[in-house]
Parts: sequence; structure tokens; C-alpha cells
Amino acid sequence: MKNVIILVAGVLFGIVLTKAEILSWYRIYEMFRFESFHMYGVIGSAVVIGWLMIYVIRKTGMKGASGQPIVIDPKPRFVVKPLVGGLIFGLGWAMTGACPGPIYTIIGNGYFVFIVVLAAALLGTFTYGMVASKLPQK
Amino acid sequence: MEFLSGSWPWYVGGPMLSLVMFLMIVAGSRFGVSSSMETICSLGGAGKLTDYFNFNWKDQSWSLVFIIGVMLGGFFSKALLTGEVAIELSEATKASLIAKGFENPGSGYLPEFFTWENLLTFRGFLFMVGGGFLVGFGTRYAGGCTSGHGIAGLSDFQLPSLLAVIGFFIGGLILTHLVIPYVL
Repeated sequence: MKNVIILVAGVLFGIVLTKAEILSWYRIYEMFRFESFHMYGVIGSAVVIGWLMIYVIRKTGMKGASGQPIVIDPKPRFVVKPLVGGLIFGLGWAMTGACPGPIYTIIGNGYFVFIVVLAAALLGTFTYGMVASKLPQK
Repeated sequence: MEFLSGSWPWYVGGPMLSLVMFLMIVAGSRFGVSSSMETICSLGGAGKLTDYFNFNWKDQSWSLVFIIGVMLGGFFSKALLTGEVAIELSEATKASLIAKGFENPGSGYLPEFFTWENLLTFRGFLFMVGGGFLVGFGTRYAGGCTSGHGIAGLSDFQLPSLLAVIGFFIGGLILTHLVIPYVL
């Protein structure tokens, strides 16, 4: 059951990324030039409605699909990691025009050259894993 | 059918992203994509080389189910699409791209330089291989990407996620305003 819901959520996510043009390099370029409200509207409305959903889930003590209690883990209280890691990701995001979700969706849309982008991202992930113990973890 | 064949405005796309997050939470998981890359490294045996990947990938198999869906979602979108993709970019964005020699900015989701032929040019290699590497490395160091930090984290008022989003923008602004003018 869990995997069915996750698969459905994934398919829906891929459709949203395509239909709202979030996977488009052009939209990301436009966003970083502050020339359109589109991406700010997408992310902003997702956050506001997401906040409402989490509020309602907590307030009502809603249970998950298998009757399990819903636990939303807080993010670890780091400062350097999100800022510096975020900056490094931001450079890559503006180059490829794709954050991780769109990389997969772009491949699904038939732009197979993005398999190379995915391979490079996996290499980046692997490289991070190899050097993680040498980087500031705070 | 217009809903499935055309493109969606922000006020449809944003709430739909919240719905995806909601489904992930109800399923007993969380909304995030970049951790799937960690799972793939572990699945590929990277745990033999460093403890970082030394976990049982099966515990994270939800992330693989999710990304298979994310890929299928792209495939279905393409199958349902009728006619050409025409992104309604702002006039200012279009003008700046035309000035750089782009012929039809917004026709198709990606500019022409994302092709196999351009992979071994300076620009293509930098943007596809270099950019991809930074996405993988940066999201792991940050502990999340636009979905995990940007949407799920901000929705839950997580301070590290706010710092991450600030980082995303510093990086994106540097690249767009200080690098792209010289390489595109």
C-alpha cells in the first residue's frame, strides 16, 4: 500500500513538474533574473498550502494510510551545511536548470541527454560521500 | 483535456506540489528527491568504499519507487501533450536570450545546447556534467534539495531549510548574473 501511494505521488509529481514548467531551464533562468512571478508563485503557494496541511495533520492527530501515527522529523540544526551545500547546489541548479526531481522528469519527457546530467549528479553524490568526513559537519 | 494537454499556471502547480507532499507524508514517508541519489550509490556498492553509503538501501527503497514515478510522470506528460511546447516567458527574459543568439527562447522546455552533440563542447560539458555534479554534491552537503528543504522544510518552519533556500539563491544568482553573461 505504502509503495502504491508513493508511486502515485511520484507520477503526479512528474506531471506537475512538466505541466507547471518547473523542469524548464528557461523558467529557472527567468526566476534568477526576477523577471517573472511564475516560479515564486509555484514555490510560495506550495509552501503556504503545505504549511496549512501540516498544521491540520498535527491539530487533528491524523493517522497515515496504514493507521500509523504521522511523524514529521525536524531537520538537523546545521548552519554551515545548508548554506554552503545550498550555494553549491544553487550553482548547479542555474546551470542545468534542473533540481533533482526535474532531472528524472526531463529524462521521462524524452530528453535522454539528461541521463548524463543524472550520472554527473550521482558522481557528485558519490564524491560527497567520499569526502564528507573531511568537510565541516555543522 | 485542456487541463492535461496545456500548461498550468502557478496557482495550479503550487497546490499540486503540496498535494504530492501530503501523499508522501500519509504514506509514512517524506517529500524529498535528492536522497534517492544516495540510495542509488549505496545500491551500487559504494558502502564498500566509505561508511557514508554503508546502510541497507532496502530501508530507503521508497526513494527508488518515488523516482520511478517521477520519471513516468514525465513520460505520461509527453504522451498527453498535444502540439508544441511554447513557454510564455516574460519579454525581458526573451529579449536577453535573443541577444545571446537563442533563436526561439521558450520553444521546447530546454535550450538547444542540451544535446548529445554539444556534450563535448565547453558550454555543454560545463552545464550538463559540471552542473549535474554540483547538484549531486551540493544537495548531499545541504541535506536536501528544492523539495526536501524548499517545500517540505519551509512548510514546517525549519530554520536549516530557510538557510538552505538562501544558499540556493546565492548560488543561482552568482551563476546567472556573474557566470552566464561570460559563457552563454
